[in-house]
Amino acid sequence: MARMKFLCDADRCIECNACVTACKNEHEVPWGINRRRVVTINDGLPGERSVSMACMHCTDAPCASVCPVDCFYTTDDGVVLHSKDTCIGCGYCFYACPFGAPQYPKVGNFGTRGKMDKCTYCAGGPEEDMTEAEYMKYGSNRLAEGKLPLCAEMCSTKALLAGDGDIIAEIYKERVVTRGYGSGAWGWRTAYGDTVSV
Amino acid sequence: MMMKTLVIRIMATCALVAMMAFAGAPMATAQQINPTAESVTEDSLFQQLQDGEAVSGRVSIPDDNASGLIKPGNKSWAATSNGTVRILTILAIVGAVGVLLAFYLIRGRIRVEGGMSGIRILRFSAFERFSHWLMSGSFIVLALTGLNLVLGRIIILPWLGEGAFSTLTTWGKVSHNYVGWAFMLGLIMSFLVWVAHNIPDKVDVQWLSQGGGLLKNGVHPPAKKFNAGQKIIFWSVTLGGAALSFTGVMMLFPGLGGGEADWQLYQLIHGIVAAGLSFVIIAHIYIGSVGMEGAFDAMGTGEVDLNWAKEHHSLWVDEVQRDPKNKDLLAKSTQPAE
Repeated sequence: MARMKFLCDADRCIECNACVTACKNEHEVPWGINRRRVVTINDGLPGERSVSMACMHCTDAPCASVCPVDCFYTTDDGVVLHSKDTCIGCGYCFYACPFGAPQYPKVGNFGTRGKMDKCTYCAGGPEEDMTEAEYMKYGSNRLAEGKLPLCAEMCSTKALLAGDGDIIAEIYKERVVTRGYGSGAWGWRTAYGDTVSV
Repeated sequence: MMMKTLVIRIMATCALVAMMAFAGAPMATAQQINPTAESVTEDSLFQQLQDGEAVSGRVSIPDDNASGLIKPGNKSWAATSNGTVRILTILAIVGAVGVLLAFYLIRGRIRVEGGMSGIRILRFSAFERFSHWLMSGSFIVLALTGLNLVLGRIIILPWLGEGAFSTLTTWGKVSHNYVGWAFMLGLIMSFLVWVAHNIPDKVDVQWLSQGGGLLKNGVHPPAKKFNAGQKIIFWSVTLGGAALSFTGVMMLFPGLGGGEADWQLYQLIHGIVAAGLSFVIIAHIYIGSVGMEGAFDAMGTGEVDLNWAKEHHSLWVDEVQRDPKNKDLLAKSTQPAE
């Protein structure tokens, strides 16, 4: 089985935000929730870089470890998913996530955040694959259709890579060697314990 | 006049442009060499990162909170919340029950040595009892629902199943959020009604040096309305309760509580203080019920047996008997106990 990962090549990202838009549209994500976002570092300075970030589907995901109701599970592909039926909206996963991935439909007092929502790696949820029930809660399940996440698939500069971790790491390494520079595999060290060394 | 200012302005602008041209020339040539050389890298940003800080930038979506990119420190909160807080909670609960069980087996139930006199004196008024039960009833609900968040996943989830456990925990969360206010009210009332009796004094030193008479039969160090042990409980509840209230309110209103790092800190304080206070309260429940004969009456009916009072709160009994309002009581108590 493949171990699915995301890798954003910041030296290619042009901050067009198409991944953000595509994600919102593909999954009909409600207003106020962004499963993916583009962060620009050193904005306006020489050497600024933009990084597209969503849930990194960590190894030993901290969100899963702190969840009081154990609503997270990792698929055979290494994708971290959760059950919205079980989620109680406590917010602990947001405290634990190094990438700010968990999103809540409401910013309410008295713990009324609503059910957590996050990037599913376009792999739906615990419901049966490609059903209406799954779509309503988690969005489309492209992985079940044999497709990769839409954000990466439609990235115009191929900055955002999705797929088996070893393969996308190889692609990134090749690019860095060819062009002679690379700002790093953003988030990999934090999510998977090691980075792509070139 | 206008002409003059215009001339001055033009001259000043020319001077400025000339200065900038000289100063900027060497910088421009340096930048032409390699625009990627100054690129930020994750490695260098991580090296600069202080504890608890995030690698962050600018986002175009209208939510400043989304501007954090990577915050490795969040994983250490997860580890602490899952490790330290959970271990301390288990230690507090298992420890309290273990210590009390050992105490019960060795010391047994503390009896009223003089036997019950049948004469009852008022120890706690209806208002005092109401404050106590408002605070303690809500504390039990808060402690159990809080404990469920820390340990329910390990203990209850396996036999209740995911769906039922989720429903239980959702209701637990709702009650925790609302019952907290009853606790805070009870805490304030209890503090106001009892603080005057809980100022530490010389009597407490003697009480503590004799172990409160808890360890040996027949030892009854003098005490006022509250002995040193009860004062320790009072101040634990007051200070611990205040800490729980403050951190709890901050988590209820995340907008007040600042940012993520503050919420994490509040959660850790809340969990650790709750574990410590649970230890104290389990001991308190024990000694106020099965652990000591006659003790529960104080908070039950509010009236305690005179002999119980003489053994455990001798100075307080003297005070009560000196009070002219209690003339009848004085007369009765001079008779020997049957």
